[in-house]
Amino acid sequence: MDLSFNAEERAFQDEVRSFIAKNLTEEMKRATALTPSVFSDPDIGMAWQRALHRQGWGAPGWPVEHGGPAWTPAQRWIFETESARAGVPNVNVMGVKMVGPVIIGFGSPEQKNFYLPRILSGEDYWCQGYSEPGSGSDLSSLKTRAVRDGDDYIINGTKIWTTHAHHANRMFALVRTSDGPRQQDGISFILIDMKTPGITTRPILTIGGDHEVNQVFFDDVRVPVANRVGEEGKGWTYGKYLLEFERGSGIASAKLREGLKAIADLAESDLTGRAIDSPDIAARISEVEVDIDALEMTELRVLSALQTGQNPGAVSSILKLRNSEIRQAVTRLGVDVIGHDALAVEPMRPLYKLNHEPPTPEEMLTMVPEYLNGRAYTIFGGTSEIQRDIIAKMMLGI
Amino acid sequence: MDLNLSDEQRLLRESAERFVAGSYDADHRRKMANDPLGFSPAVWKQFAELGWLALPLPEQFGGLGGGAVEIGILMEAFGRGLVSEPYVATVVLGAALIARCGTNEQKQESLPKIADGSLKLAFAHSERAARFDLARVATAADRTAQGWRLAGSKIAVLDGHAADEIIVSAHIHDHQRPSGRTGLFLVPATTPGLVVSDFPRLGGGRACNLELCDVHLPEDALLGDGHDALPAIEWAVDCAMAALGAEAVGIMQTLLDTTLEYTKIRKQFGRPLSANQVIRHRLADMAMQVDEARSMALRAALKADAAPVERARAASGAKAKIGKCARFVGEQSIQLHGGMGVTEELEVGAYFKRLVAFDTLFGGSAHHYARHAELGRKA
Repeated sequence: MDLSFNAEERAFQDEVRSFIAKNLTEEMKRATALTPSVFSDPDIGMAWQRALHRQGWGAPGWPVEHGGPAWTPAQRWIFETESARAGVPNVNVMGVKMVGPVIIGFGSPEQKNFYLPRILSGEDYWCQGYSEPGSGSDLSSLKTRAVRDGDDYIINGTKIWTTHAHHANRMFALVRTSDGPRQQDGISFILIDMKTPGITTRPILTIGGDHEVNQVFFDDVRVPVANRVGEEGKGWTYGKYLLEFERGSGIASAKLREGLKAIADLAESDLTGRAIDSPDIAARISEVEVDIDALEMTELRVLSALQTGQNPGAVSSILKLRNSEIRQAVTRLGVDVIGHDALAVEPMRPLYKLNHEPPTPEEMLTMVPEYLNGRAYTIFGGTSEIQRDIIAKMMLGI
Repeated sequence: MDLNLSDEQRLLRESAERFVAGSYDADHRRKMANDPLGFSPAVWKQFAELGWLALPLPEQFGGLGGGAVEIGILMEAFGRGLVSEPYVATVVLGAALIARCGTNEQKQESLPKIADGSLKLAFAHSERAARFDLARVATAADRTAQGWRLAGSKIAVLDGHAADEIIVSAHIHDHQRPSGRTGLFLVPATTPGLVVSDFPRLGGGRACNLELCDVHLPEDALLGDGHDALPAIEWAVDCAMAALGAEAVGIMQTLLDTTLEYTKIRKQFGRPLSANQVIRHRLADMAMQVDEARSMALRAALKADAAPVERARAASGAKAKIGKCARFVGEQSIQLHGGMGVTEELEVGAYFKRLVAFDTLFGGSAHHYARHAELGRKA
């Protein structure tokens, strides 16, 4: 057993560091640090995606034949960790990490040839049409319906919590094409051009004051049958495959560590009157740091298992749960550390393009919105309650 | 980076698990609980034969040169069966201190005997007034014409009653004046002036308090050359916390397995307890905390030989986190067993008590989060 990296891995680490140093601009860094929602704005995120693509690193998890870099699990770990340390923007994960793997796994040759290069290059920006107002945790009860009409489907219904639907030019969606004996039957996985007539998007502001999610309405939206991925009625299988990717992408500790470090730095600064001198704050920072250490070790144990071809199983639910809970603990600490500055609300967005003096020092601006928006971490991608159901069923057999 | 077990480590785990499953059952544990020694000399002999007593000792003194990870593998298996042999006192603490601080002669004298099972040790360091502060040692060691005179009191000495020799820490005084250095002294159990009062230990095994009244020792009772032993003590206790953390993981795993089985069998309102979501989620939380504890014990073991601050933060982080997980898993195991969980008729209580003892030993979660924080600021 060994926690350290070998010579090749260290050389790769140097390569990643020098790539980041060369390509990550101060503007991208500042915009990322001042984004209190989950995703970077597309102009920032896609600039980074293009840089990664030029390097051949546009889709770390993809197979080589589709443009993946053929990294070992350890290399992916190093890449994600160095990226988090440097504070790089979030790219369009709905494309790279969600629909990409589904198209690779189940798409037609035409779909692969058309969509995959456009995800890599950043030409397409994807959003995810899963949840509906009546179908949250019970996702397979979804009602948005696609009715066959010649070579098209005609889609009617609505999707909600659609991250960046207002930026996206494409959506992948789960829609009902028939009513099977089980509600999971009869769901199909469809790729939709967001410019298709009949699609409208309504913004939903989150409690942190950010516009990140939307509700999307479909009124007789005509989508070619050729845009269906895989078989009709098998969409639930593909959708679940994707959710496992969403939960188990598995390398979150480095980002949590950076978030905590920013807060610990504030706690040691005069801006907060040295909040760290309160033994309670100091101990809580340690408690969260130790939780991150534990998560990191679990991630590395999973990684080691993957390197030898073992399947980590339901541990992806543990990783999702702990990541979301620790992230909330970090943001809670952020609010407590800034003290009275937590009273100030800065309503303008984006925070990195304010044309006035903000009410608090810049490094404090995201603390309250991140805490508020961060309540969503234990809700999206399968709530903590659903994750506990999965752990009980898959790990404990009950 | 590779956290998979090597073939040797896998074999060690299998043989330890097999041994514990075969030799440790409820009857054996009940017998040991009422035994004045608190463990079985026959089992100790088997430990020697299996090479476990030699496991972490240096090869030139009859050891196998294993490390903290191997100790952790063994300790986790010990936890599964609530093993009460004085392994931590003799091997993890005692042998480690001699291997690190002792002169060549001292190592040659003691280590091979530890390996063959003929020498049992204990480490007497904690004092009532010091609470968990390892640097506070009031027990004094004065130089005499013939060697040393020790006076003071120690508490919470693991397995001191069974030790052939006790390693006692004391503040070295030069010409009646405190030197600021802590020394470690090898005190044979039969030394006049040494009074050992032993008692059953929470969760199995025994512990004792020591009184040292004018204990006279020869010159060479001092381990090593008289350098301050505090850094070695901190290292040894950090390593012991990692080892005990692994043992706690084994204990928690047994509690989880037992509780899971019980909730499947026990029926109320016409269905098994495990059919209730509130129970399933509780068990999911327990499973998650066992897994986190396992990660932290392994982390502390892998950092046992790191630079002092990094090692100490890993050890304190693990102690604090595993302690918290242990209390949760232990308390919930009792809760989910209902009234029966509070009785001596089931073993859940025995496992729980060992976890409570683990959490307290060398300082609980609050102490170790505070130490972790303080070391972080020095770093």
